[in-house]
Amino acid sequence: MLPYPLLSASLVLMWLALNGFTLGHLILGSIVAVFTSWGMASLRPAKPRMPKWYLLPKLVAIVLYDIVRSNIAVASILVAGRGKRFKSGFITVPLDLQSPTALAVLAVVVTSTPGTAWLEYNSLSRTVLIHVLDLVDEAEWQALIKGRYEALLMEIFE
Amino acid sequence: MSTIEHAADLPAWAALAVSFFLVIGAGLTLIGTIGFVRLPTFYERIHAPTLGTSWGTGGIVMASMIFFTVLSTRLVVHEILIGIFVTVTTPVTLMLLARATLHRDRVEGNPGVPGEAPAETGEGDGAAAGAD
Repeated sequence: MLPYPLLSASLVLMWLALNGFTLGHLILGSIVAVFTSWGMASLRPAKPRMPKWYLLPKLVAIVLYDIVRSNIAVASILVAGRGKRFKSGFITVPLDLQSPTALAVLAVVVTSTPGTAWLEYNSLSRTVLIHVLDLVDEAEWQALIKGRYEALLMEIFE
Repeated sequence: MSTIEHAADLPAWAALAVSFFLVIGAGLTLIGTIGFVRLPTFYERIHAPTLGTSWGTGGIVMASMIFFTVLSTRLVVHEILIGIFVTVTTPVTLMLLARATLHRDRVEGNPGVPGEAPAETGEGDGAAAGAD
């Protein structure tokens, strides 16, 4: 009946948040959620495992803080304009992370933090190519991504 | 929406908070778009709009939540969905654009672009894993 209970619950909640909390919408939203999760099941995606899901708020807090910090950093680079030059560049980070869901989360984290952009992941050599807007020290960025995000994601997903 | 007419009923503290977040969000989005025009290379340009998709959106969403929560005296939080969907979908388009550019630069042999890792047969998997 419900192959993805978490997905169905989120869909019902979303439906109610968008349409208002009434009995009619609860029924309609539940029907939509059930059919959507059947559709999802027929796609047969790999079921993500999150044994330590309770660490997710910690990750969200760290990421939100970093987003605020890098917003300020990138905005000041852009406002400073042509006078002050910055050096941008590519870095390659070797990853130990293997779960596709965790990699997707890491991609979202890296991309939504201004100043770093996840370009491509090579599943064979298990490295990711990241472009950094203000690249001062390559090793520092590698340490940041591995130590700050990857370690926590490994703990949550593996 | 009739709520717009009652905007004057907003208490001062709420008006201040709404203005604060609205100016932050709109300001960051503006800086991002200016940077988008002014930065010299493609790889630098992709960073500028992320200001708009992170705290640019975040600030405006926050302002909207405070405004409608205070005015309608009930919790209005469905704007969070906008933030979530913008955040989750941004990497997909970014990777699409960046990988297309990387591919073209490598084929044309442009300088300053890191070469392909050897024997990249798992490229398809990599894209799927990244954009999943």
